[in-house]
Amino acid sequence: MLCQDCKKKDAKVHLTQIVNNEKVTLNLCKDCADKKGFNNPFEVQVFPLTQLLSSMAGLVTEKKSGKEEKKCPVCGNGFSDFSKLGRFGCGSCYVTFRTQIAELLQKIHGTAVHKGKSPQIPTGDLLKGWQEEKKLQDELRKAIEKEDFEKAAQIRDQIKTMISKN
Amino acid sequence: MFEEMVKKPASWLSGDGTSAGIVISSRVRHARNISNFPFPPVADQAHKEKILSLFKAALAKNSHFKKGNLLISPEVTDLDRTFLVERHLISPEFLQGKSFQGVFINKDETLSVMINEEDHLRIQALQGGLKLDECYQLSSQAEEELGKILKFDYDSEFGFLTSCPTNVGTGMRASILIHLPGLVLTREVDGVISKMTKSSIAVRGFYGEGSDVLGNLFQISNQNTLGKSELEILESISKVVAQVVEAEEKARETLFKDAKDQIEDKIWRAYGILKHARMLSSTEVMNLLSALRLGVGCGTINQVSLNQINEILVLSQPAHLQKYFNRQMDANERDATRAELVRLKLNGKGKSNASH
Repeated sequence: MLCQDCKKKDAKVHLTQIVNNEKVTLNLCKDCADKKGFNNPFEVQVFPLTQLLSSMAGLVTEKKSGKEEKKCPVCGNGFSDFSKLGRFGCGSCYVTFRTQIAELLQKIHGTAVHKGKSPQIPTGDLLKGWQEEKKLQDELRKAIEKEDFEKAAQIRDQIKTMISKN
Repeated sequence: MFEEMVKKPASWLSGDGTSAGIVISSRVRHARNISNFPFPPVADQAHKEKILSLFKAALAKNSHFKKGNLLISPEVTDLDRTFLVERHLISPEFLQGKSFQGVFINKDETLSVMINEEDHLRIQALQGGLKLDECYQLSSQAEEELGKILKFDYDSEFGFLTSCPTNVGTGMRASILIHLPGLVLTREVDGVISKMTKSSIAVRGFYGEGSDVLGNLFQISNQNTLGKSELEILESISKVVAQVVEAEEKARETLFKDAKDQIEDKIWRAYGILKHARMLSSTEVMNLLSALRLGVGCGTINQVSLNQINEILVLSQPAHLQKYFNRQMDANERDATRAELVRLKLNGKGKSNASH
């Protein structure tokens, strides 16, 4: 059997993972396994998720085609970048692509609603800055939700200025 | 710092704690991102630099993080990097020459924070044996302390936001490293695993050449981070782990009832080879240590402690070997030195500070 990564050498390392009742196997040669850190006895590895996520994202994206793709006003990534990378660009992506992400989360976790800890609220000197930032962020979220990307970009810059002052 | 680390084994190796004969270590990590900055896979150098400096400032403001070291990527050599990977403190692809990545490690190596890995912060607690609750306390407390200073990305519906959607919500992954030779030998392991995955628990095994599971080590962790609270996640993992530990104990009983001679032979042979071999590859050491660990757990062998086995498991890895003997070695030389180290440790001379 050939290594599925380099497709040159014999696969010597076989990693098996069972996710959602499905057995997935990774067959790698020693060099590729070393490169990915699979030879560390403790660090039993997480599988490369990218392909899995891309295929899931594919199920979600195929709705709008032809139109120009919506981009996140903060980081500039589109949903198609997620399909390629398997990673989102920034926190605002979650607002920009809210519907698609909710669908994706539903597929991955079986729900899209968080239950658990919420963030700490700072005390003392830090509180004022935190409140200002939160206010701007709420405005940013509203602007993105309304798809007012011009305004969103303005607020984004305001936040940037505020952060660089601190 | 590294010299001190190689001489003083990490506290999680002690081999005590509940179910230490079966559960090797417990780990809980929280993924967090700082608001208004792109996540690391997308961020440019300037953003990463800022994240790192925000983290540094947070460290300075918080007494919780006084005792420890912050290592930053270009200053960490390849050998040191591998050493940290072998020690469970960073992920395999971390700190590879990329700038503005860093890792904070506390003094007893129970708490570490990776900066600019896949998320801005990966806060991790690590302990020996079955100690998920303690790990959670430690990781969660560190997360809260940092969260009082840094503003984390959070959405009231989705929870904490992460670069990968598989971590969204609590951002928490709880995992244990478990040794299951009994279930592997009785061929029950596949059944036990498929039962676990039904309760959205991920199980990962490391298979070497042939059908043998390398070192009979498995990692059990929560698959989902969203929709359940942190405590519910911990509870479901603990429940599953307890069931697996029980199944493993039963399998061991069966083995000793039905095939006592064969099992004891396997254990003593492993001990014999480890004590006398002149060349040992890392795969061989892992498999032999598994048999030896089984022997110690079942009382067949009482000349060796779990602490010694854990120490050998860590020290026999390539970067640790080279640090321990303080010289660069190729693979061949490592096999010979590895055998030397194992003999040293098993003959009780190299308890923690070997004469070398």
